Amino acid sequence: MNNPSANHINKNLDEVRAMIHRHKLNDYIFSIIGLLCLMVGLVTLLTLFIDLIIQGYPKLLSLSFYTDFPSRRAASAGLLSALVGSSLVMLVTFISAVPVGVMAAIYLEEYAPKNWFSDLIEINVSNLAAVPSIIYGLLALGLFVYILDLGQSIVTAGLTLGLLILPVVIVATRESIRSIPIAIREAAYAVGATKWQVVYDHVIKYSFGGILTGVIIGMARAIGETAPIITIGALTFIAFLPPSPVTTSAPFLNFEWLSSGFTVLPIQMFSWLSRPSEAFHVNAAAAGVIIILVTLIMNGFAIRMRYKMRKNIKW
Amino acid sequence: MQYQFTKYSTIASLVTSLFALPNFAVAADKIIKIDGSSTVYPITEAVAEEFQKSTKTKVTVGISGTGGGFKKFCRGETDVQNASRPILQKEIDACKEAGVQFIELPVAYDALTVVINPSNDFAKKMTTAELKKLWEPAAQGKVKTWNQVNPAWPNTPVKLFGPGADSGTFDYFTEAIVGKAKSSRGDFTASEDDNVLVKGVVGDKGGLAYFGYAYYEENQDKLTAVSIVDKPGKPGVLPSKATIEDGTYQPLARPIFIYVNATAAAFKPEVKAFVNYYLENSKPLIEEVKYVALPAKEQKAVITHWKALKPGTGFGGKPEVGVKIEELLTRIK
Repeated sequence: MNNPSANHINKNLDEVRAMIHRHKLNDYIFSIIGLLCLMVGLVTLLTLFIDLIIQGYPKLLSLSFYTDFPSRRAASAGLLSALVGSSLVMLVTFISAVPVGVMAAIYLEEYAPKNWFSDLIEINVSNLAAVPSIIYGLLALGLFVYILDLGQSIVTAGLTLGLLILPVVIVATRESIRSIPIAIREAAYAVGATKWQVVYDHVIKYSFGGILTGVIIGMARAIGETAPIITIGALTFIAFLPPSPVTTSAPFLNFEWLSSGFTVLPIQMFSWLSRPSEAFHVNAAAAGVIIILVTLIMNGFAIRMRYKMRKNIKW
Repeated sequence: MQYQFTKYSTIASLVTSLFALPNFAVAADKIIKIDGSSTVYPITEAVAEEFQKSTKTKVTVGISGTGGGFKKFCRGETDVQNASRPILQKEIDACKEAGVQFIELPVAYDALTVVINPSNDFAKKMTTAELKKLWEPAAQGKVKTWNQVNPAWPNTPVKLFGPGADSGTFDYFTEAIVGKAKSSRGDFTASEDDNVLVKGVVGDKGGLAYFGYAYYEENQDKLTAVSIVDKPGKPGVLPSKATIEDGTYQPLARPIFIYVNATAAAFKPEVKAFVNYYLENSKPLIEEVKYVALPAKEQKAVITHWKALKPGTGFGGKPEVGVKIEELLTRIK
């Protein structure tokens, strides 16, 4: 026979089960919503990417697309000057932004006294990362092109994009420095290491993967930037390459390329897209695929490097 | 870590040496620098491509718009300026201040083409007065249906597309239709990318847009060009090579120009050679990129004008509609 209290327990159990069931359902619903949100972004991007590939594949598969200069004829127009231009601009960006960014971050994390001035700098660095890129373009037009008289050249573009990604590099470097356990530093100090030795032997070494990731993500952002490059006056038609940075005779390095005119991938794509003829839109789609691929490869490389570096660190 | 440190220090010293190099803006090669209008760009690009193949002189062409290009040109930064409208007074002043003299050379004709959706069968012919009714500033927010322009037309909504206010095309169209440059209603879909305008009219039954002839030519199967009645009683004229050459497509046929830095023309043989090549060989190239080349007589007059290296403008710093090229050249003393 059921006694009243057992009845009560059963009833209570049912209630609990119902509640668990309801909460599980909520869980389920939420995961569906989350998945949908993910899909919105992913499917849209994927559709766009696939659409670009479908449109641009005849060009993507032809070798001459990568070895030809721009032309008025869509069929013989190629990406060469834009590819070389983008690479050289990225080189200058890397050389200018990375050492400055990494050293600034190390200073802020390890050396800077904690006072209002450091706080001010910190806030400003974070804010700079969110400044629209066109602002950097305007700054560069005034500073590099006119005041420093560097002209509408590769060095101007490289330095502009360098400024643009500097905050990204600083923030990423600081994050990765911060992730190093304080115990590592204390241990080093305990055996009598100087600050510089700590930074050099431990901090930089262990945070290298994170720094690299930040740098590559910054570079991947820079390679797709159009607005600041247009502002400083990149060219649209350029059917020759800048002088080679490496020469066969001493001193083997040549800086003339820095002052050369140039074009970059996004500008070439934009210029093809605004043509009346449909045939050029195929070229534009193919150029779009190349930009996305370069960005994807760079980001993939960053993830891989971070993973490898992490694996090697054993504290 | 030793390795990485040396790498960083090399990079750092490289950067310092970059800034320390006082004047590396000396290029050994001769480069002709061209910038300016996106309308003229396809022609100049084609000429530059062919010229480079035959002479090995380097040519660069940028797109800064007519206005942006003139700023660079009048600072002496470029040798040749592409312009879809004549130089304006403030630009003449800027050039004068910097000591830059220029030679004005009409190189081809473009026809501003008014287009409608192919399903629109009532507005295939429009008078300039009707276009004015549609585009003048007073129409803003008021003229919303086709029958407000012409009572014979249906009461269906009209959707307008046009180039942005920075474009030379916008300047010319407003000057020619409304009567005052830059005077236009503001409630239309503006885009600097003419393909956006094409798509807009293709997708909207009540759509109307204007842009350069080349964009119509490439999209003839998707758009209808409006034939333009210049004055009441005259027949409607469609844009074409013939109607531009014989001067009947008025007022929307316009000459487009290059401006050559007079000092460069006199002292830089490569610039001189380029402009010679441009004026003498561009005819097939102009037709290939869907513009209308100057008739032989006008081409000859322009070449004579160029050989004489006469600086100055025939417009006096003001926009002007429907001026004949030969008359224009005689104005420059």
